[in-house]
Amino acid sequence: MSYSPRQLGDLTPTDPNRRQGLLAVFHIDLPLLVGLLLLCGYGLIVLYSASGENLGQVERQALRIVLAFMVTLAIAQLNPGTLRRWSPSLYAVGMLMLVGVLVFGEIGKGAQRWLDLGIVRFQPSELVKLAVPLMIAWYLAEQRLPPTWQRLLFAALMIAAPVLLIAKQPDLGTALLVASAGAFVLFLAGISWRLIGGLVVAAAAAAPVIWYTMRDYQRQRVLTFLDPENDPLGAGYHIIQSKIAIGSGGLYGKGWLNGTQSQLDFLPERHTDFIFAVLSEEFGLIGVLILLALYLFVIARGMYIATRAQDTFTRLLAGSLTLEFFVYLFVNTGMVSGLLPVVGVPLPLVSYGGTSLVTLMAGFGMLMSIHTHRRLLPT
Amino acid sequence: MQLKDTIHESRAFLNRAIVAGLLVAIAALALIWRMVQLQITNHEHFTTLSRENRVKVVPLPPTRGLIYDRRDVLLAQNRPAYSLEITPEQVDDIDTLLKDLAQVIEINDDDLERFWQLKKRKRRFDSVPIRVNLSPDETAQFAVYRHRFPGVDIKAQLLRHYPYDVKTTHVLGYVGRVSQRDLEQIDASNYAGTSHIGKNGVERTYESALHGSVGYEQIEINAAGRRVRTLEQTPPEPGVDVHLHIDIALQEVAMRAFGDNNGAIVAINPQNGGVLAFVSQPGYDPNLFVEGISRKDYDALQENPDRPLYNRALRGQYPPGSTIKPFMGLAGLEYGTIQFDTSAYCPGYFQLPGNTHKYRDWKKSGHGSMDLDSAIVQSCDVFFYKLAYELGIDRLHDFLSQFGFGDRTGIDLTGESTGLLPSRQWKRRARNQPWYPGETLIMGIGQGYFLTTPLQLAAATAAIANNGTYYTPHVVDYLQSRATGEITPIPPTSQPIPKALQQNWDDVRKGMTNVVESPRGTAKRIRSSEYRIAGKTGTAQVFTVGQDEDYNEEEIDKKLRDHALFIAYAPVENPQIAIAVVVENGGHGGSAAAPIAREVMDAYLLNRDEPLEATQ
Repeated sequence: MSYSPRQLGDLTPTDPNRRQGLLAVFHIDLPLLVGLLLLCGYGLIVLYSASGENLGQVERQALRIVLAFMVTLAIAQLNPGTLRRWSPSLYAVGMLMLVGVLVFGEIGKGAQRWLDLGIVRFQPSELVKLAVPLMIAWYLAEQRLPPTWQRLLFAALMIAAPVLLIAKQPDLGTALLVASAGAFVLFLAGISWRLIGGLVVAAAAAAPVIWYTMRDYQRQRVLTFLDPENDPLGAGYHIIQSKIAIGSGGLYGKGWLNGTQSQLDFLPERHTDFIFAVLSEEFGLIGVLILLALYLFVIARGMYIATRAQDTFTRLLAGSLTLEFFVYLFVNTGMVSGLLPVVGVPLPLVSYGGTSLVTLMAGFGMLMSIHTHRRLLPT
Repeated sequence: MQLKDTIHESRAFLNRAIVAGLLVAIAALALIWRMVQLQITNHEHFTTLSRENRVKVVPLPPTRGLIYDRRDVLLAQNRPAYSLEITPEQVDDIDTLLKDLAQVIEINDDDLERFWQLKKRKRRFDSVPIRVNLSPDETAQFAVYRHRFPGVDIKAQLLRHYPYDVKTTHVLGYVGRVSQRDLEQIDASNYAGTSHIGKNGVERTYESALHGSVGYEQIEINAAGRRVRTLEQTPPEPGVDVHLHIDIALQEVAMRAFGDNNGAIVAINPQNGGVLAFVSQPGYDPNLFVEGISRKDYDALQENPDRPLYNRALRGQYPPGSTIKPFMGLAGLEYGTIQFDTSAYCPGYFQLPGNTHKYRDWKKSGHGSMDLDSAIVQSCDVFFYKLAYELGIDRLHDFLSQFGFGDRTGIDLTGESTGLLPSRQWKRRARNQPWYPGETLIMGIGQGYFLTTPLQLAAATAAIANNGTYYTPHVVDYLQSRATGEITPIPPTSQPIPKALQQNWDDVRKGMTNVVESPRGTAKRIRSSEYRIAGKTGTAQVFTVGQDEDYNEEEIDKKLRDHALFIAYAPVENPQIAIAVVVENGGHGGSAAAPIAREVMDAYLLNRDEPLEATQ
């Protein structure tokens, strides 16, 4: 099965996904677009409150959202075949940059994550978030599924290498996301349940080993997660204050701009990693459910796109990107609500900041590309 | 084949996608369950925590009441003072900052010590004083460099100030920073926002009135503890102003009259027990203590041989010497041991029957024939040896205790000494010895174990002056609320001294009058042409002269010279002021102590409206 490069507007009348007008011309998936716009809009409303009514910050974030959507649209124009061809090169570039970061990288907040390319500062781990699922999907799609043991092992190594490099920066959150993205490709590719079971057991056995290789602050985070009250003014402070914010929000919330935990600075990192707590405090459980509904809608649409994809590569890619998005969401909300340890992962599309936003939206661009470039199947 | 594979792979993928979807659903449900748990089940718990987080109750300290003298001259005020304070939270490296700051403004070791001590007790966002009492020059100087020191600010606060400093110390006392020990003795909640508390003198006795009641406000704070807005307020009740009987003009005159001598003077209004003057020489500057005295200054005060910290008027215990003689005479008359015209011969010494020991008179040659009047006027010792012997220790003790000797007067100042009025019981208890008759004799001339404070002497003199009413001396006249103007008088408390015969009292007062008025009186030099003074001189031995030795004033060290005493009241016809003066190592009462009393009386009785300026 092979693709031929396509030109804009090269849809044949027999295209099963034939659409009329601009949406079709620009390869836009309307449900996904609407879901993402609603999420970003909701995010801006919360950000206005979380930033302490700082309109400048909201404007900057809005501008980033516009830029990110342009990236989405740009990528949506690409044929999935192009994406597939680029996968190995992207992966190689990503790996080179990760090594570069370790050697030349800039240190910010105690971790080496940035690479200064002269014009822009770039976080290679963001590229890798996309490059890993692309690469693994490309690799596994080369042969018939389910993959052989040999290919699986090689795929696992291709996942592990960037994950370890990122974890060494150290950036546990991103490492986790990259690992999960790669793992989802494997999972969706149909690796046997026995193997999955074996991996779970192995992971449990490896936990003590991981513990000893973790950095102090990472261990501290785990310990704090297990017992936040143990260190109420130190590491546990984040979680305690965030739980107070969420819990005191109740069913209806304290109202927009009225969250005392958020507005009086009790909540740390309230406009970035902990913005979910601001939302929970001010809009209550109802606001949380609305947010979750929007996310689940986007995820459902992503899974739908994956199941309707026409070849192994696009299926695996769409599925793993969508599930990676969910992991993003779950790790952040789980952390903020005290369900998971504190791992520095922003709330996707809502937290203030541009880097992860662009990566995420690029991923959604790929989903749109996959969905809008389908051909009529033979027979 | 390819197609079959594709369909197969598509099926397999769909299966896995469904499993993934289920996992997503389970995770989403777990999250929702978690949110319900936090936002619904434990909502109230977290609401409470959130409220505790943001609402803080802040005490509002009351303004301290002011202290005025009897003519409404301000003696203790609250003055804005500027201090240089550091907010540790806003400073990266305090040590470097302190070093840089020392280049701009003087910071000594005491400042540093206080800074580190206070810093321990405060939160990071509270400012801690590094320098207090900045001069206007220093304030201006720092303002120039201010931009170089983020986190360092000049703060204004009301600080107690005593404009008459050394002239009022021993009566006003001073305020100092609330200590741990203070906190154990007071209602700590009422002092929640108060930095200073009365440590001594009137400031301490009337602490609760001067302090007032603390107010509270509920404020909303942010995570850094800074105020965002006020939610509720209960204003503080300011302290009440205190008006004294003390006359700052008299204090000033008395201190000037003392010159370089050490000693004490207490002047009392015999009509109500109000203390008009209360001086202990030397004094010290109470303002030093308000912001915490430096170690150097404190050591200097401690090591000063003149002991300025020692309140001689209140705590100094001196033998009353001959000033006790009018009281002895009155005892003799009241008990009927002598009559006014009973005469005795003074050969210059007195001997107990069957004993060869000679109790010497101060006048070696003797006074000759003496009655009570001349014995008081010339201060004959032999007359009073004989009288004391005849009265006996028990009657002496009982009679003198009616004048407050041997016990605290109950003045509204703390730390008063009791003095010592000896008795048989006392000697048995304290020394486990019987009372010897010879001890009764020397008690008759105010020597031996007998000790009085200047305050006790003044209060007893006032009781003679006012014809038999013993007033508990008190410094404060009335309290006045600044808010309502309402006055709370401090009523005089008094105890009548039972009288056998009015004539006896008149006779003793006549004797005291002659001490000043008669040409042979020991205090004749202070005789005034404008009003009549009654008094009695005294000399208290510091150095015991051997049985057959002479006491030569020139030859002994000043420290061992006798204390000069004088008690007096005036005007004789209508006593307005009663005074006791002790001049330590002053020599004779008539020459050293009496002139001081005269100056104070003049100031009080003649120049009542002399204007005064505070020493600034």
